[in-house]
Amino acid sequence: MTSDFVIAVLATAIVAGTPLLYAALGEIMAERSGILNLGVEGMMLVGAVSGFIVAVATGDPWLGVVTAMCAGGAMACIHAFLTVTMKANQVVSGLALTLFGTGLSAFLGKPYIGIPLKEPLRAVHLPVLADIPVVGPIFFQHDALVLLSFLLAPALWFYIYRTRAGLNLRAVGENPAAADSLGVNVFRSRYGYVILGGMLAGIGGAYLSLVYVPAWMENMVAGRGWIAVALVIFATWNPLNAMLGAYIFGGVDALGFRLQALDVAVSPYFLKMLPYLFTVGVLILVTRKNTLNRIGAPGALGEPYDREER
Amino acid sequence: MFGLGKRMVFLVALLVAAAFIVTGCGGGEVAPVGDEDAEKMKVGFVYIGSPGDAGWTYAHDQGRKYLEENLPYVITETVENVSDADAERVLTQLAERGNRVIFATSFGFMDPVINVAAKYPDVIFLHCSGYKTADNATNYFGRIYQPRYLSGIVAGMTTESNLIGYVAAYPIPEVIRGINAFTLGVRAVNPEAKVRVVWTHTWYDPAKEKEAAKVLLDAGADVIAQHQDTPGPQQAAQERGVFSIGYNSDMSAMAPEAVLTSVVWNWGPYYVRAVEAVKNGTWDNTPYWGSMADGIVDLAPFGPMVSEEIKAKVAKEKERILSGDWDVFHGPIYAQDGELKVAAGEALTDAEMLEMSWFVQGVEGSIPN
Repeated sequence: MTSDFVIAVLATAIVAGTPLLYAALGEIMAERSGILNLGVEGMMLVGAVSGFIVAVATGDPWLGVVTAMCAGGAMACIHAFLTVTMKANQVVSGLALTLFGTGLSAFLGKPYIGIPLKEPLRAVHLPVLADIPVVGPIFFQHDALVLLSFLLAPALWFYIYRTRAGLNLRAVGENPAAADSLGVNVFRSRYGYVILGGMLAGIGGAYLSLVYVPAWMENMVAGRGWIAVALVIFATWNPLNAMLGAYIFGGVDALGFRLQALDVAVSPYFLKMLPYLFTVGVLILVTRKNTLNRIGAPGALGEPYDREER
Repeated sequence: MFGLGKRMVFLVALLVAAAFIVTGCGGGEVAPVGDEDAEKMKVGFVYIGSPGDAGWTYAHDQGRKYLEENLPYVITETVENVSDADAERVLTQLAERGNRVIFATSFGFMDPVINVAAKYPDVIFLHCSGYKTADNATNYFGRIYQPRYLSGIVAGMTTESNLIGYVAAYPIPEVIRGINAFTLGVRAVNPEAKVRVVWTHTWYDPAKEKEAAKVLLDAGADVIAQHQDTPGPQQAAQERGVFSIGYNSDMSAMAPEAVLTSVVWNWGPYYVRAVEAVKNGTWDNTPYWGSMADGIVDLAPFGPMVSEEIKAKVAKEKERILSGDWDVFHGPIYAQDGELKVAAGEALTDAEMLEMSWFVQGVEGSIPN
């Protein structure tokens, strides 16, 4: 009973955390390059709706995932244009994109409400791995997007901390002028990482409409984009921490419902508060160390880079 | 740099404006106005969500369409995604635009309706689910607990594990009343069965509602009922190959193999009657709490898996409610702890039903403070 309970909570935590993880990984890449993207919620919604439309039309959920990536990337392209080329305020542009994405997804999705998805992404049965007791049911009896995220997070960690390109990325986010003087193209790399971030947010949205629910309902992302932004801070801009954080954030609901089913009274308001409480806690911890930089906050985050102003 | 800054501000403003146009006016359906405009009567609808929720607002919008189809002299106008804080502005705008009747379909619009009604005495305001009235404003709702009781019979006769899950939004009287009515129906046909409640504390989050249903399924439930605004719980039941009872509108399209039936709102006939009454000058401000006999609430058609035996039982009980001789909250009714709440021969008054804050026997779970 107890081990079943733990396995069930952890397995659902991973599924519930996966859309958060994709969105947060994307946001980490964008913020590492110095661009804050508050449009994640909107990009997830546009990804969810466009992925669903294409998956319904073609019957192929993978085409849906690819479309969601492109749609999220296109939204991010607008953000990159406004904040990198036009040097607009990143907060305002991001918020505008969330509003825009909410409206656009509602508009596009209207004819697709109430339509079931015939072919959602199904669980992949990995030989050997899935049959390991305890570990198998928790980690390896999920769909391909979950498994892919297991690879993606360490890969991004390796990229950021162990490759030359990752070093350039961090340099652009820390001190764009210095990176520029060393021959790194600040504009191009910021564009690239913001768009990559949007693509990952799009996958996060598609995970909800193609796997988790699976259906399209207006505003179905229901605030997960904002939790992803908080998660980035919680993760101290580190993809591996983001993985842990996503599963904690995702697991809070799973745990709360299961405790209710066992008649254990835990205030739902307390559980709802937890992700934000964790984030605030991490912020307090890291600022007490007196330097956000040491734990990963990019030095030039939120500041437009202008060559003329060096 | 400064010039760029200005251009940027303009661009962002443009983007924000575009976003508002898309969100705000996405659903404003104004029929083309012809020569016979003088004969037409304009009717406005204010929605808390969008018909895209596949639930609450969708059901109201079906009612609006029914109204347009049945009364050719009516043209309707809708405003979607109206927050409580913005309701007063939207209601004023609809009144200014010449709507004769305005339906406000969320509890939170109550005070704005009363405020705006005072300024436009010639406009009739109808508010869903509230309790305040004015000379030209009243409220309306339906006895959804009646079909919920019938759906409980379906669930009680279908379950094999004798555990039925109920995904519930918030512990408020409306939801508690529904859980109780459902459980009374379950226990009327299956005294062994229990109804386990999980609170989600959200009206609208399909993924979370589905998650709550999964927990109930893991606990052994083989029928899932719900009081939410989306079909998330139905999706969970379908995936596990078990059954569910939908809510708000017929949810069988969403999960065809799982949905036994749905407890549905059918606002259309009431909307037609209300608008006709205004047109004929017979309208008055008596609050309306419609019953199944009025057709405002009902069960959706049964799924193919529902047996003839169940259908016959439901038909019989439905007849009993429609006749008016008996209603769901007639005694004897026992509370969760076994205490006799309503003695045989007695019944709960409307006021007692509207403030219900206790569970009947057979419900598992507690009501959080």
